[in-house]
Amino acid sequence: MSIVEGASQEASSRGNVQIHAVHLKLGVLSGVVKEALLFSYDIACEGTPLEGSTLVIEEVPAVVYCSQCDSEKTLPSIQLFCCPTCGTLTGDLVSGRELELVGLEISELETGDELTEPARAPENATDNGRLAVIAQ
Amino acid sequence: MSTQPRLVEVRQNVLKQNDLLARWLRQRFSDTGVYVISLVSSPGAGKTTLLEKTLTHLKAKGCRVAALVGDLATENDAARLARSEVPVRQIITGTVCHLDADMVQSSLDDWDLNDLDCLFIENVGNLVCPSSYDLGEDLRIVLMSVTEGEDKPLKYPTIFNTADVALITKTDLSEAVEFDLVGARGSIQSVRPGMDVIELSAKTGAGLDEYLEYLLKKIESKTAVARV
Repeated sequence: MSIVEGASQEASSRGNVQIHAVHLKLGVLSGVVKEALLFSYDIACEGTPLEGSTLVIEEVPAVVYCSQCDSEKTLPSIQLFCCPTCGTLTGDLVSGRELELVGLEISELETGDELTEPARAPENATDNGRLAVIAQ
Repeated sequence: MSTQPRLVEVRQNVLKQNDLLARWLRQRFSDTGVYVISLVSSPGAGKTTLLEKTLTHLKAKGCRVAALVGDLATENDAARLARSEVPVRQIITGTVCHLDADMVQSSLDDWDLNDLDCLFIENVGNLVCPSSYDLGEDLRIVLMSVTEGEDKPLKYPTIFNTADVALITKTDLSEAVEFDLVGARGSIQSVRPGMDVIELSAKTGAGLDEYLEYLLKKIESKTAVARV
């Protein structure tokens, strides 16, 4: 849901636009599974400005700094934090924890374009629903 | 009619809201000199039992402690921890499988942090999702019990990688389950080189002194700085 909210905000700050795709960087140590995100994306987008958009995920491997080699190395596996070149154990993580929104594919809509309407209707419906509950 | 789609660059951490709140909490804990320790593990690794002993012992040593405890349902853990006669509050998450910074913040509510030296946050028993959520803690402790098998860190590298200390619990059962201690330590170092590891049994008390000393040193280093 945070992805949908974040992307919606970013898009709305760019005016009246349609969102075609959301680009996400996902580290192997982020604790989030790519397949689970892709599976739930369409459901999370329903009734939001992101409905109908695609989620594009760029996976980021775990990269550590090896002091022995004095360089950054990509780990072939997150089960073994050691330099793939010299074998030195290292926990000095450079990247791999990312869960970041990095890009949006958008196009400008003309004012009054029908495509903006479905996005607004459910929001109002939710607000009314909340108000009704409070009124009881 | 819409124009041709174009790609615009944005840079936003998806968990930004949680991270911002966690940063604010960390500052608040720092200003009031409270050392915050979170506990993560799979369900049944012994978080609550160990925490009950920890609270009792630290209180006896004059340390002002309190605890927040997260569960999907029931207030059983809070009731158990309350036996240590320190302030305890249950966070019931409903269907949510982890704690987040907002839950911590709203649970602190009317507690005056100036009256505390140390706050424990016991997370929901889960080795997956809690790894992504910063709670503003100073120290994250991950527990693995000997009954879980020595390759647990290899199966859940992310949570071990985000934790600062690993505790091997229920060591009184080591022999019965033929626990491979060397293998377990190897697994931990493999996913988190240099990680501190303490073995203990909350039941027999073995290793408990070493663990409490370790915590007290950490707590004192922070509360001393805050009071200068």
